[in-house]
Amino acid sequence: MSDPVPGTLLGGPEEQARSTSLAREALGRLAKSPLAIVGATIVFVFAFTALFAPWLATHDPAYIVLTNRLRPPSPEHWLGTDDLGRDVFSRLVYGARVSMMVGIGVVAFRAMIGVFVGLVSGFAGGAVDALLMRITDVFIAFPGILLALAIMAIWGTGLINVVIALSVVGWPQFARLVRAEVLSLRERDYVQAGRALGGSPVRLVSRHVFPNVLPIIVVYASLNISAPIIAEAALSFLGLGIQPPDVSWGSMLSSAHRYMRVAWWLATFPGIAITVSVIGFNLFGDAVRDALDPRMR
Amino acid sequence: MPPCHVPGSADRDPNLLSYIVNRLLQMIPTLLGVSLLVFFLIWLIPGDPAQLLAPEEASAQDIEDIRRALGLDRPLVVQYGEWVWGVVQGDWGTSLYRRRAVLPELLDRLPATVELALASMLLSILLAVPAGVISAVRQNSWGDNVARVGSLLGLSMPNFWVGIMLILLVAYHLRWLPVSGRGGIEHMILPALTLGTSMMAEVMRVTRSTMLEVIRQDYIRTARAKGLRESTVVYKHGLRNAMISVATVVGLQLGYRLGGTVIVEQVFAYPGVGRLAYQSMLQRDIPMVMGTLLMFALLFLFINLIVDLIYGWLDPRISYA
Repeated sequence: MSDPVPGTLLGGPEEQARSTSLAREALGRLAKSPLAIVGATIVFVFAFTALFAPWLATHDPAYIVLTNRLRPPSPEHWLGTDDLGRDVFSRLVYGARVSMMVGIGVVAFRAMIGVFVGLVSGFAGGAVDALLMRITDVFIAFPGILLALAIMAIWGTGLINVVIALSVVGWPQFARLVRAEVLSLRERDYVQAGRALGGSPVRLVSRHVFPNVLPIIVVYASLNISAPIIAEAALSFLGLGIQPPDVSWGSMLSSAHRYMRVAWWLATFPGIAITVSVIGFNLFGDAVRDALDPRMR
Repeated sequence: MPPCHVPGSADRDPNLLSYIVNRLLQMIPTLLGVSLLVFFLIWLIPGDPAQLLAPEEASAQDIEDIRRALGLDRPLVVQYGEWVWGVVQGDWGTSLYRRRAVLPELLDRLPATVELALASMLLSILLAVPAGVISAVRQNSWGDNVARVGSLLGLSMPNFWVGIMLILLVAYHLRWLPVSGRGGIEHMILPALTLGTSMMAEVMRVTRSTMLEVIRQDYIRTARAKGLRESTVVYKHGLRNAMISVATVVGLQLGYRLGGTVIVEQVFAYPGVGRLAYQSMLQRDIPMVMGTLLMFALLFLFINLIVDLIYGWLDPRISYA
């Protein structure tokens, strides 16, 4: 690799070539780790289920048959039926949609807010930085789930509000991470060179700082897809999350809690679904970290 | 004074005191921010808050009463100022639902939650630290693999599901322990295990990785070369040095998992602050919701202060000057 300054400043072909070879190298590292393959497989199956739920479900997940309540697993209902006679397997399949949307949606929003705050805070410094970091401290001082619950109780339940509430509580970690990285990047020679050439702050940040923060954001984001999945399940479990007709693994567990004595399958399978998908995203996140940032291992 | 480091030795005490005072002072702006967030979160309710807070069958007069009781007829800034001033003086308002002052109710519930949190912390120290040490010392043995899989599971299972499964197995099928409520130690075991699962997983993981680093240090080799017994090497020379990271992670986890009490207390019908917070939210008991949010933030900041103090106490290289 030659002198990085001209390549970065001009965004020339050298930079392009470098990024493709880095990506190839990263993929190569991914393929070598068995845990990464396990994680990627789980994530793939999970995403596939969410995308093709209508074709995979054996029954209508919302179809109520009161004469068919609380039936144990059988050839007709693979994982049994719930307290309203609905097919548990089909509900699990549809539940994957909500978990997937919440996991990815929330992390995307958290990252957007956090990156914005972190970039501004780290690059502006001074009073702006101090103020933004104080605000960040305030958000971190609350247990996230508690604040999210309060928001849900006030603003009302539903998928959109779940995504909003969980995004509101999780961005500060992204902001701190990005800010710390920006603080070290902005003293680098190539950023200083950009500044000396008269680059505006917006240009400096967008051309020289942001591209170098991006891998860390991707790593942190992929490590954090599982957290909102668990949080959504918790909110829905407490009745302040997803509402029917949307199906959530958390709300399935909520009714399961009431019928625990008579229907073990209701409490068991949604929990396994959450756990397996979270394991998948955790392993996948570890793999992305190892691939993109060997230093963090 | 012995030549080696004695935790908490008196020579740093004056600095320590000023450090504590300093940290407490630094909490003030954060707490102000916390109070602002809590206040405006509540008052950002779309529409007329009094109307929204009232039960569905409330008459116009009831709604008017609520409005007056909450002081909603006055400007926001005044309302905020009065609330904060009240909080500082120990008057956290009156519960709309319980006909009781917020602060005494919170203080009544606090011991239950603190007990639960400490019990789960104790469990994670007693179970996870030894597991982490053994896992590191016998790296890649079957015990290590079991511990690592357990840790991955512990981090991936939602705590309320752990609770449900424990109730299903231990309370219903085996009939060993009570399902809900608060009383003797038998009421504490299941909720503490539930709240502690992810904490244990994290503590074990950190203990293992720190021990793996520590036992490769030169002084461990020296200790072995001196002919010390392996247990002495591992526990006196190894674990003592790993304790700094372990203690930090235990404390930080305690702070992070505070929110878990909301769910765990609900699963086990355990009468703590978490359950109070949740119930007040469902009842839209605004003064109580504000109070519980504030209480949790205070607890979190307080735990973090203690973590920093313990960190300095364990690590003589850190000075409070």
